[in-house]
Amino acid sequence: MSAGSQAEAAVSTERRASGMTFTLEIWRQRNADDPGRMVAYEATRVSPDMSFLEMLDLLNEELMRKGEEPFAFDSDCREGICGMCGLVINGVAHGPGTGTTTCQLYMRLFKNGSRIRVEPWRARAFPVVRDLVVDRSAFDRIIQAGGYTSVNTGSAPDANATLISQARAEEAMDSAACIGCGACVASCKNASAMLFVAAKVKHLGVLPQGQPERRQRGVTMLETMQEEGFGNCTNEYECEAVCPKEISTSNIAFLNREYIRNLVSLSSLRPLVTSE
Amino acid sequence: MATLNSRVPGGPLAQKWERHQFELKLVNPANKRHHSVIVVGTGLAGASAAATLAELGYNVLSFCLQDSPRRAHSIAAQGGINAAKNYQNDGDSVFRLFYDTIKGGDYRSREANVHRLAEISSNIIDQCVAQGVPFAREYGGTLTNRSFGGAQVSRTFYARGQTGQQLLLGAYSALMRQVAAGRVQLFPRSEMLEPVIVDGHMRGIVTRNLCSGEMQSWAADAVVLATGGYGNVFFLSTNAKASNVTATWRAHRRGAFFANPCFTQIHPTCIPVSGDFQSKLTLMSESLRNDGRVWVPTTAGDGRTPDQIPEAERDYYLERRYPGFGNLVPRDVASRAAKAVCDDGLGVGSAGRSVYLDFVEAIKRDGLDVIRQKYGNLFQMYEEITNEDPYKTPMRIYPAVHYTMGGLWVDYDLMSNLPGLFVLGEANFSDHGANRLGASALMQGLADGYFVIPYTLGGYLAGTRLGEVTTEHPAFAEAEAAASERIDSLLAVRGKRTVDDFHRELGLLLWDHCGMARNASGLTQALERVRQIREEFWQNVTVLGTPGEFNQVLERAGRVADFMEFAETMTRDALERDESCGGHFREEHQTGEGEARRDDDNFAHVAAWEFTGVGQDPVLHKEPLVFENVSLSQRSYK
Ligand SMILES: Cc1cc2nc3c(=O)[nH]c(=O)nc-3n(C[C@H](O)[C@H](O)[C@H](O)COP(=O)(O)OP(=O)(O)OC[C@H]3O[C@@H](n4cnc5c(N)ncnc54)[C@H](O)[C@@H]3O)c2cc1C
Ligand code: SF4
Ligand code: FES
Repeated sequence: MSAGSQAEAAVSTERRASGMTFTLEIWRQRNADDPGRMVAYEATRVSPDMSFLEMLDLLNEELMRKGEEPFAFDSDCREGICGMCGLVINGVAHGPGTGTTTCQLYMRLFKNGSRIRVEPWRARAFPVVRDLVVDRSAFDRIIQAGGYTSVNTGSAPDANATLISQARAEEAMDSAACIGCGACVASCKNASAMLFVAAKVKHLGVLPQGQPERRQRGVTMLETMQEEGFGNCTNEYECEAVCPKEISTSNIAFLNREYIRNLVSLSSLRPLVTSE
Repeated sequence: MATLNSRVPGGPLAQKWERHQFELKLVNPANKRHHSVIVVGTGLAGASAAATLAELGYNVLSFCLQDSPRRAHSIAAQGGINAAKNYQNDGDSVFRLFYDTIKGGDYRSREANVHRLAEISSNIIDQCVAQGVPFAREYGGTLTNRSFGGAQVSRTFYARGQTGQQLLLGAYSALMRQVAAGRVQLFPRSEMLEPVIVDGHMRGIVTRNLCSGEMQSWAADAVVLATGGYGNVFFLSTNAKASNVTATWRAHRRGAFFANPCFTQIHPTCIPVSGDFQSKLTLMSESLRNDGRVWVPTTAGDGRTPDQIPEAERDYYLERRYPGFGNLVPRDVASRAAKAVCDDGLGVGSAGRSVYLDFVEAIKRDGLDVIRQKYGNLFQMYEEITNEDPYKTPMRIYPAVHYTMGGLWVDYDLMSNLPGLFVLGEANFSDHGANRLGASALMQGLADGYFVIPYTLGGYLAGTRLGEVTTEHPAFAEAEAAASERIDSLLAVRGKRTVDDFHRELGLLLWDHCGMARNASGLTQALERVRQIREEFWQNVTVLGTPGEFNQVLERAGRVADFMEFAETMTRDALERDESCGGHFREEHQTGEGEARRDDDNFAHVAAWEFTGVGQDPVLHKEPLVFENVSLSQRSYK
């Protein structure tokens, strides 16, 4: 399951000392207007215990010492929770690990001497800012379209006033675990954000707190998804395979049911985007 | 000379906040939308503040560094959030949470603030549940609690190992709702570089748009900083890479006092450093200490694998030294104890700088499934990083920089000495004294944002006559020029060493001399050395590219330049505080058993520093701490 157990168990001390070597082909693009291109670099003295991003740090440090401009990439927590990092590595969003983000990949997963292609998320709704960095603000706008419960601060009842079964809380948590990284979009041939939207709709949809606005939530969020330029879901299931939080496509089935049911019952009510 | 007025309301401790809320003036509801408020930071403190102020009707401008407000560093918190709900009927109360926090902070925090925090704590849980935060639950459907980091009652609420994430997503969703309502304008990928003061009041900020490099001015009636802690001054810490001191330091340079900068928390259970390439350290949640037992071999240089070392040749040193609390002693105590055994040569791992955290007994007692259910994601994370399976072999852990108790000085209203500048969350100094208890930072951030600032900021606006100020005011042009000039100077150095190279050097120096143990001679040396590193930085750093574009090296260079200045004040504070307390351990002041020895006669105060110029001695202001409701004692966890 984890990246660690897939790796070769023992890395010889010899290899640790001399380090591994890789040829990296990295996407360089100065800004949104630049067409961009792949550029090859050699990464040497890489330790198998380095994370993928630490290897990129090392390469950037070397470039700067030579007076060359480093390439840009996003990261922040470097422990798989903030959703800031995200690279397409050898054609796979977040690379070869299962259930891991780019920042949690370790070089012991890669074969010494191999070529590694590193590209940004590619989707119309995620324009490139620079090199490997993209703009994912479309996700925030999808959440603005209903990914919340409308309770003002101070108006909440006692936390134990409503009992929620453990199973239901766990089910909500499974969906709430989405980190908003966008790998699902990057891996989808339609660049659909269905898994992201579905995870939020289900998280709130299975909890009692989410019921009052349940009817419009799925509809308004999906409509915003389309307006933002994401594609539609054609059940390819690539998203689930790359999702670092292993969000299941059963969330999408939940969303589809919500959408169909509510579109019918809402048609007489819309527009119903409440913000109060 | 400026004086510090903490503005703690009168009356009995338990009635201060209620009375103060009544006494604070109210802003007429119809007038709220005429007031603009800038909130910098979208972590728990900033997002909750921005959302709540907008709900009340204020016109809010919200800024953050990341591409989305949801990615603030708060997202990484694992363990949980405290609240005095006493759902477990195990003897908890507002007073007990207050008392534990004051004692845990080694009597270096303000009674009134801490009591308010404990009072508010219950409302936070209610609010978060209403937002849909999926806290862990019992089979019967009620909320679950666990005991955490030095508490003898179970008052910690959690959502798997992702409590910070779920709480932040709750606050973020409330914020997004206000964006949709048109009451919050969002500015992600924006870095505040200068505060703007007009006629003695905080009236705006200057930011750099991180995508275009453009300098922009923003005017408002008040500014709220919720920009997090400065743990990354050490380079290696458990903080996210972008965590920094820039916003608070820039405010400090323009007059805001910096309080207790030497109070930093070293967390006992982190994955040890494994190489000089390492970019950050990873925390293993403290909840692991509920079931894991900490030990080292009894003989130095024991080369056997842990399973080969018999019980009799193991030293469960926390259980031995602190039979009352055992493996659950507060963080500062656990960290120092780990350092002590490693200093004695008993540490394990190739560099001898780690100790075992062993689950064998817990697995035997509760079964593999129970342990997997409780800690599965943590065990997996550990294995991914270290390539070792903690179900089979004990984890190896070592302390790492984690949290900073120090921060901008604030009064009871969370306002700094600069009128109109409010500081929330980890960025202020207010509630944790010299050591923070586990699961209390999330509580404080949300208390500040949801329940304190909406009242106190209103009181300020209603009670202050503020003239009309726009970004046309010359103070904005001056601040923009200062920010641009600094960026130009960084690009003009054209030296040979990289920004990270300097940052690592600074971090190592501080870790050695201003880390878990400090002494006068080390601190004096460090002060000297910090100045030298800073000088070399400004002569030999390489920052490539241009100011008018997305430029990550330039961003980092600016933050490291601020750390270089801040490090001096932090070290000076550690030198000046000639006592041991909480996480600040001065080797000169310890009991016969190696515990921290406070000096209440001379140091029961907040040290608030006033900036006088780079490389110039800052001026120290003292806010005396008065304890009327607890008696000061030597902390004992035996
Ligand atoms: C790994 C880890 C685990 C933790 N676990 C727990 C736990 O279990 N329980 C607990 O109580 N506490 C925990 N803590 C501590 C707690 O998470 C933090 O103290 C708390 O989340 C800080 O919240 P904040 O809102 O003050 O700041 P942050 O969440 O750090 O947010 C800072 C915000 O300010 C912005 N910002 C910073 N500088 C600028 C600038 N110059 N311009 C514009 N924006 C800026 C950032 O973009 C960000 O939005 C943990 C900490 C770590 C590191
Ligand atoms: S659903 Fe998975 S892949 Fe998509 S944004 Fe969420 S965590 Fe990332
Ligand atoms: S950097 Fe935060 S998830 Fe990778």
